[in-house]
Amino acid sequence: MSDYVLNSDPSDMNKTDVPSFSQKTPEAPAEKAKSYIFTQIDRDLVIATQEGLPVVARPYQAIAEQLGISEDEVMFRLEKMKECGVIRRIAGVPNHYRIGFKANGMTVWNVADDRIKELGRQVGQLPFVSHCYQRPRHQPYWNYNLFAMVHGSERAQVEERTQIVKELLGDACSEHEILYSSKILKKTGLRLAN
Amino acid sequence: MDNIDKQLVNRLQDGFPVTPRPFLTVAEELGLEESEVMERVQTLLDDGILSRFGPMFQAERLGGGLTLAAMKVAPEDYEKVTEQVNAFPEVAHNYQREHELNMWFVLATETPEGIQDTIDRMEEVTGYKVYNMPKQEEFYVGLRFEL
Repeated sequence: MSDYVLNSDPSDMNKTDVPSFSQKTPEAPAEKAKSYIFTQIDRDLVIATQEGLPVVARPYQAIAEQLGISEDEVMFRLEKMKECGVIRRIAGVPNHYRIGFKANGMTVWNVADDRIKELGRQVGQLPFVSHCYQRPRHQPYWNYNLFAMVHGSERAQVEERTQIVKELLGDACSEHEILYSSKILKKTGLRLAN
Repeated sequence: MDNIDKQLVNRLQDGFPVTPRPFLTVAEELGLEESEVMERVQTLLDDGILSRFGPMFQAERLGGGLTLAAMKVAPEDYEKVTEQVNAFPEVAHNYQREHELNMWFVLATETPEGIQDTIDRMEEVTGYKVYNMPKQEEFYVGLRFEL
């Protein structure tokens, strides 16, 4: 859930060029995951790497030394956890705010229950959507069951893109809203306790 | 950020090799020296262009609980409730949002049962209802930015 960043960091104002999006590939979707027996060594490995990999020539060797296991075992376990979906991927993640995506709206939609699976997948495939989930309604107060995080260089672009989602959902969607974040109140990320 | 940095950010988003010399693998692909790749990655991290570098775990698969929750907090209580909510170590992110539901946070707990327990305690401490919105289905997670 590293990648459970819900929004950008408004404190960060360095302007760079606005980049484009590229072809989407989902990150180890939950339904594809196989079962995996999670051991104490895996847990130690998670704790040793959840803040990130060390930037040294042999990062897996460095972690291995810290844990008292071999480099091969570190690599084997990381690959295993990737295969099983415990690790979505091992990669560098740019701060989207720093690379030009200044506006990020959490769009929420009231979608007909019998169409949400089909439409949710389609919304998730739009190039500017980073997270797309079905979540429960809290009627009568909260009628939205589809959440999609929409990214853009500014709010006007988020609104344009929200319009594209609206057209895609068509008459299966009766109402929607965009929730912008105005302040980060806490951001420690998800961490396993040591 | 120069063109080499952009190429590197694009390459790193696609995944970092699990090999004994992963920086060398990336360097060879981009026609760079291993040492230069390492220096640039460190600078991109120090400058905050890269917010993360390493494995991205799927919290539910680690056996814990995970949810998104929201509260509707009165303006006069907002500061106090923010402190109360943030004091829970289970709160991983917390955002103020422009809506009647004006506080949105992610809860992560060691066990799935821990979510309801945390919500109960939070409602008791703050006096506000917590709207629990766990994911029922994940349609997509991820985003690649082409620089």
